[in-house]
Amino acid sequence: MTTVELGMPDAPTPIDAAIARSLEQHGPKLTELKGKDLKTDQEVRWCPGCGDYVILNAVQSFLPSLGIAREDMVIVSGIGCSSRFPYYMNTYGMHSIHGRAPAIATGLAAARPDLSVWVVTGDGDALSIGGNHLIHALRRNVNMTILLFNNRIYGLTKGQYSPTSEVGKVTKSTPMGSLDHPFNPVSLAIGADATFVGRAMDSDRKGLTEVLRQAAEHKGTSLVEIYQNCNIFNDGAFELLKDPATGPMWTIPLQHGEPLVFGPDGASCVVRDDFGGLRVAETNQVDASEIVVHDATRQDPSYAFALSRLSTQDLRYTPMGVFRKIEKPSYEAMMAEQLHEARLQGPGDLDALLAGGDTWEVTA
Amino acid sequence: MTAIDRPQAAPSSAPGGLVKSVVELDRVVIRLAGDSGDGMQLTGNRFTSETASFGNDLKTLPNFPAEIRAPTGTLPGVSSFQLQFADHDVMTPGDAPDVLVAMNPAALKANLAELPGGGLLILDSDEFTPRNLAKVGYATNPLEDGSLEGWQTVSVPLTSMTLDALADSGLGKKEAERSKNMFTLGLLSWMYHRPTEGTVRFLERQFRRKPEIAAANIAAFRAGYNYGETTEAFAVSYEIKPAPMKPGRYRNISGNQALALGLVAAGQRSGLPVFLGAYPITPASDILHELSRHKAFGVRTFQAEDEIAGIGAALGASFGGALGVTTTSGPGVALKAETIGLAVMTELPLVIVDVQRGGPSTGLPTKTEQSDLLQAMFGRNGEAPVPVIAPRSPGDCFDAAVEAARIALAYRTPVMLLSDGYLANGAEPWAIPDTGSLPDLAPAVGFATEPNGEDGEFLPYLRDPETLARAWAIPGTAGMQHRIGGLEKADRTGNISYDPANHDFMTRTRQAKIDGIAATIPPTDVDDPDGDARVAVIGWGSTYGPIGAAARRIRGSGRKVAQIHLRHINPFPADLGEVLARYDRVICPEMNLGQLALLLRAKYLVDVQSHTQVRGLPFRAAELAAVIQDAIDTVTPAAANGAVQ
Repeated sequence: MTTVELGMPDAPTPIDAAIARSLEQHGPKLTELKGKDLKTDQEVRWCPGCGDYVILNAVQSFLPSLGIAREDMVIVSGIGCSSRFPYYMNTYGMHSIHGRAPAIATGLAAARPDLSVWVVTGDGDALSIGGNHLIHALRRNVNMTILLFNNRIYGLTKGQYSPTSEVGKVTKSTPMGSLDHPFNPVSLAIGADATFVGRAMDSDRKGLTEVLRQAAEHKGTSLVEIYQNCNIFNDGAFELLKDPATGPMWTIPLQHGEPLVFGPDGASCVVRDDFGGLRVAETNQVDASEIVVHDATRQDPSYAFALSRLSTQDLRYTPMGVFRKIEKPSYEAMMAEQLHEARLQGPGDLDALLAGGDTWEVTA
Repeated sequence: MTAIDRPQAAPSSAPGGLVKSVVELDRVVIRLAGDSGDGMQLTGNRFTSETASFGNDLKTLPNFPAEIRAPTGTLPGVSSFQLQFADHDVMTPGDAPDVLVAMNPAALKANLAELPGGGLLILDSDEFTPRNLAKVGYATNPLEDGSLEGWQTVSVPLTSMTLDALADSGLGKKEAERSKNMFTLGLLSWMYHRPTEGTVRFLERQFRRKPEIAAANIAAFRAGYNYGETTEAFAVSYEIKPAPMKPGRYRNISGNQALALGLVAAGQRSGLPVFLGAYPITPASDILHELSRHKAFGVRTFQAEDEIAGIGAALGASFGGALGVTTTSGPGVALKAETIGLAVMTELPLVIVDVQRGGPSTGLPTKTEQSDLLQAMFGRNGEAPVPVIAPRSPGDCFDAAVEAARIALAYRTPVMLLSDGYLANGAEPWAIPDTGSLPDLAPAVGFATEPNGEDGEFLPYLRDPETLARAWAIPGTAGMQHRIGGLEKADRTGNISYDPANHDFMTRTRQAKIDGIAATIPPTDVDDPDGDARVAVIGWGSTYGPIGAAARRIRGSGRKVAQIHLRHINPFPADLGEVLARYDRVICPEMNLGQLALLLRAKYLVDVQSHTQVRGLPFRAAELAAVIQDAIDTVTPAAANGAVQ
């Protein structure tokens, strides 16, 4: 447990004191957890067969490996099916209001840099009503991890199209097909200059865990788009990628430092096009030196953006893995630094502050 | 002289053998008016600082357009600053000016109607050019056509005299001209015997990176002062003795400044770091500016992407154990409503500052109004009670901020603090408090660190039996992990609950918690010197000054009136109903269409007489006095009420 840098004179603050008192009672922080330590007594209330179960299980089995105590983790969510997530995690949590989780988490992470802050959100929550908060959280680079469950539909309101639904989608609110062009969440995040952007599939435990691990270890805002099947209102949305027969053909696995070769027998690959972008080619039609070697650490976001644009709205050529992972100072660390710098001139003196400016004395 | 009354001439001599007299006054109201680019607000603030440090009591009323720079010389571009200062305590910036300084024809046209006949009018004659006159529709030049005969008009070439004074400064004409406000300030400083060192120091500080500009402004300031001393245009100067005030150290303070300092003090007195989440909005932004300078106190300021993120971040910080604050104006409160509801449901402390302005919609961003009271009370979905408190004067914004934090922390609730544009930008002398005497907010914090349930579990919605505040455990506290959120909470456990009886119980409990705050607030503040008035005037917020000034006039006429002023509007003081029932007539002046009156009528079945205006300006004391007098004379015929006729 790091000391909470609250920049207050005459520490400890009530926050420090409360944490210290609880440690006296509980002994040292328990950082060696098992998956079951993270479960709560609340009955999980997603529809049977929902992709959210798989994600919950993956997160519960993976989190203990981070070595963070339960009380130091906070999960903040918005509104939607995915946003029930905090109730099922034995950490601190807030199930907030529609779209605002990144804003709430920003305040929490900035005020309490000692915590591990997570946001769980969905495609409607993060990209429609909360789009503004998402892009600003990403550009600020506050230290938190955002899990965006993308099922390409509104589930909790029973099946309207979402900002990631494909054009022409027939839903309850679009009987003749939707007219909106979908967002590509990864493109959006890279456009907002996010320092960490990854994508994973709900049912791919290994791939999901690997992206989550890198996201959690990243200092700054991490965005992980998780393709999640809604078996009630949009069943099979990701079948093209999940089906063992078609998945390998259309999935581009991203491995840092590895050439972008994919498909059965590595038949396809990614090369540069004539305009600075990327395109898919047949491996046997190009020279090996032309094949792009994946580099998630490029400062310039245009490569990661080009990568995100390879996929079509029907999910052919979908890169999965970590698109971008760059180092940049995080917001709360810089904020703490400013407070520290201000205190180098001396801690705040309330009497001096109140008596600041021109004053005069009135005597009896 | 009619406007500046009670002259007692005393001759004095000035250099050059000129005999000048000094007239002693008990109070003066000056209005400075010019183009937005003329620096009238700065000039007014400097004159205010000089006046405050001299020891007069004062109140100010800055009045400026929402446009940063409307086209030069036009009516929409006129900016003004009025202040009243006196040798006794004053409650308002004055109903009408005694002295009007108009820097151009537009300023004259926009303000002349409010200068009573015989008042002193000082004009910059250089600006009365055909072009400038045409801009505001003057067919003839008022300096020449005799239309200003009803006033004591002194037309002075302020611009060219400033240019003459700065001839050797090395500045270009355009740049040198900009110092004419300091020339004017110098002239006024001479006229009213103001101390000048503070302004010289201020200019040196303000332009420390541009010494030539500092020197030019100081030269213009001194030239204006010397001009007053030597010119024959001004034969009289005025003396207003310092006002008796309670012993202590004083400073001049605006409402926004006092509010910001109150929040810093609340952080210090609670031990909690202050976290401000805010989005820039007129007239609240100065609180953000001020707080951003106090990082040494552990104050974090976060300029959010929008109003919703501002309050969201503040609530997130509160969840983490900080004193979360968000500052805004009416349109921002509308956007924050859903998050305020979340704070009601999660029962976390949060201070929401609404510096009210004219509405609805964008309304009058730079003008004052009190029309957000019902929004503060009810502007949320569901039964979402929120305590509402309001400061009564610029300096009182400090105490109101500390009180808002007290309630928020002790009751784990969002609190609405309703300031307004008049308080925010207005200024007054403020007795600097002894920090040791400020309320100790530390006991209100009380973070939970031990399980409170019978089976060793933590129950986040188990309440303090007295305050009904729930247990507040912060992340990082081992063994206390819990989840909160916007869905209805089960009593004690805080788990999601759709149970009908639980929802009914929790709804009533949240209301009872807010109602219970009344037990910790002082009884109703009633000012009724003889204790037998039959008419009461009740107000809240910034109408305190104008109502108080009106009450003085009424009492001066021999009539009796009680002034009741509310700091707490939700809940009301416990004895308010009983107090109101004592009077035959209750008048409620408000800068809205009767919002407090509606609440009083609903709660106490009192036939409140609502008196309202929404002109974007504070009430005039004379106008209120007329309303009150009318009520008194209706209740008690004048012959019987002891009034001096």
